[in-house]
Amino acid sequence: MDKTLMSRVARVVLYLILIIMAIGFIMPVYVMIVNSLKPLDEIRSGDLMALPIAWTVEPWLQAWSKSQIGVQATGLKPYFINSFLLVIPAVVLSTLIGALNGYILTQFKFKFADTLFAAMLFSVFIPFQIVLIPMAKTLGYLGLAGTVKGLIFVNVVYGIGFTTLFFRNYYAAFPNELVRSARMDGAGFFGVLHKILLPNSAPIIVVTVIWQFTNIWNEFLFGASFSDYTSFPLTVALNNLVSSSTGVKEYNVHFAGAFIAAIPTLVVYLVSGKYFVRGLMAGSVKG
Amino acid sequence: MSSLDLVNIQKSFGPVHILHDVSIALKDGEFLVLVGPSGCGKSTLMNIIAGLEEPTGGQLKLAGNDITHVAPAARDISMVFQSYALYPNMTVAKNIEFPLEMRKVEKSARDERVKSVAKLLQIEHLLERKPRQLSGGQRQRVAIGRALAREPKLYLFDEPLSNLDAQLRLDMRTEIKKLHQRLKSTIVYVTHDQIEAMTLATRIAVMKGGVVQQLGTPHEVYNRPANTFVAGFMGSPRMNLAKAQVTDAAGGLVLEFQTGNAKKISLPLSEQFNYLRKYLGKEVIAGIRPETINLPAPNLDHKEQQRPFSAKIEVIEPTGADTQVILNFGGHEFTATLDPDLALSLGQETQFTVDLTKLVCFDVASETLIA
Repeated sequence: MDKTLMSRVARVVLYLILIIMAIGFIMPVYVMIVNSLKPLDEIRSGDLMALPIAWTVEPWLQAWSKSQIGVQATGLKPYFINSFLLVIPAVVLSTLIGALNGYILTQFKFKFADTLFAAMLFSVFIPFQIVLIPMAKTLGYLGLAGTVKGLIFVNVVYGIGFTTLFFRNYYAAFPNELVRSARMDGAGFFGVLHKILLPNSAPIIVVTVIWQFTNIWNEFLFGASFSDYTSFPLTVALNNLVSSSTGVKEYNVHFAGAFIAAIPTLVVYLVSGKYFVRGLMAGSVKG
Repeated sequence: MSSLDLVNIQKSFGPVHILHDVSIALKDGEFLVLVGPSGCGKSTLMNIIAGLEEPTGGQLKLAGNDITHVAPAARDISMVFQSYALYPNMTVAKNIEFPLEMRKVEKSARDERVKSVAKLLQIEHLLERKPRQLSGGQRQRVAIGRALAREPKLYLFDEPLSNLDAQLRLDMRTEIKKLHQRLKSTIVYVTHDQIEAMTLATRIAVMKGGVVQQLGTPHEVYNRPANTFVAGFMGSPRMNLAKAQVTDAAGGLVLEFQTGNAKKISLPLSEQFNYLRKYLGKEVIAGIRPETINLPAPNLDHKEQQRPFSAKIEVIEPTGADTQVILNFGGHEFTATLDPDLALSLGQETQFTVDLTKLVCFDVASETLIA
């Protein structure tokens, strides 16, 4: 066989493998979408892969605003809002604290800086379950039990390990002369952070925001443990929708609900996925 | 613009001494160049002046005020960094304005100042650009502009030309010199390049191992080097250093160069060198600059201190402007800088002359200048 033919065959095989893999990944999404647009009896009788015969958006409306989750039949809407009220402050706070920690750990040569960083890094490896009871006590003590604020607090505390890791590694590779120059030019402690470091941290900010956003948005255990009917995040509400409904299991509504819950993280990835990969490289490789 | 006094500055990291007792007094308007090989402590000394590092001992005074423990921002010192350290998120104008903004200077006064600095450095057309859109030379100008903006008492330059290509480096060197002549500001400049040091400085501090080896004008440092290190470091090609025997001949002292079974070269000394009499019968290290060696020419013969000798030419290196020749000088390798148009033949025993007016001699044990 001549060389060009060989390489062409290799290329075809390569694409075949990639296409099969892509189909494998996209299949669950397909199943979710297709079945969320069918009436319930079509799911029960037909196969999951088939396109709907009678197209309907009713399951989406059900999941969004009509199905019974809490005391009242409100759908996922209020919990969707809860999740945003939780995610936005938690992401902003944990990112800012991470940046501050990274700045202090890299720009001020103090004793035990590396030990302190190692200790903060260790928090990344602590399983959630271990801290449940102490955290419940702490929240009770602070008067934040069962509130969105309490969940913000938990997620910020838990996120600091990651955000510090990201920013510390990014700032360790940050040109030292810029910081020195700013200090000589008269910038103070927060001046350097605000005017020099943060404006030049776009890649690592993107990484941290995506990471924290998806983690906190998808977080279930803390949400289930530390919230009540008024403060459930979306993940807990979705679980309630799927597992606790009496009578008939409305699979089409469940599919629609799950998809609604996944939309914000999907949007975040689609908008900034490019930066995510780039930023991960910048942060980890150089550090 | 001010005087700067360094009094017994010391710096050590644990048992490692970086700087030993550095004392330098700088008058208003002086251009001091700290020069030395890497690791000599020149950058540490500059960081201490800037306030970015604390000295372990000693005192710093700027315009008579003790600034040893004053924060860098409060010292009224500007610094130009090796990497230029331009803020990548700000335009050129914002970069120049930054130190003024941090000092809460009024907006109108800031704009005024940015304009005048940009005009001085001819970067007015670059003001709206970001640093990454500039060439190396332009970045350098902006960095200098930012330092000029707040009119500090003292300027620090940390190897500012070392990231530029050869041609640009020469141009910027001239510009910095012009700038100093125009502003009459006090400047401390760090470099490892001895030519930069010679051309820019009003005074040079040659450093090695955390000790100032010599502090003097370029002329002093070049012509009366305090020790063999300074003698070898300043000047390119290097000064020729070789051991020589001080002997007595009818009428005066003679320096004799010989190693192994090489042919002995004897250079009779004039009365100018009578101070070498205490080394009679002993060895000294003689320092002869490459440019003092020449071919015998009729018009040079009249000079009183021209001494003839013959040596074999081992290597010929034409540079265009002149030709460097390596000679076998009584068994030592000596470099001579000669006229490029001379006809020289490799491996030939050739007649040369050496002008001893600028001969320097060093003690063999201490390697310090005998005077």
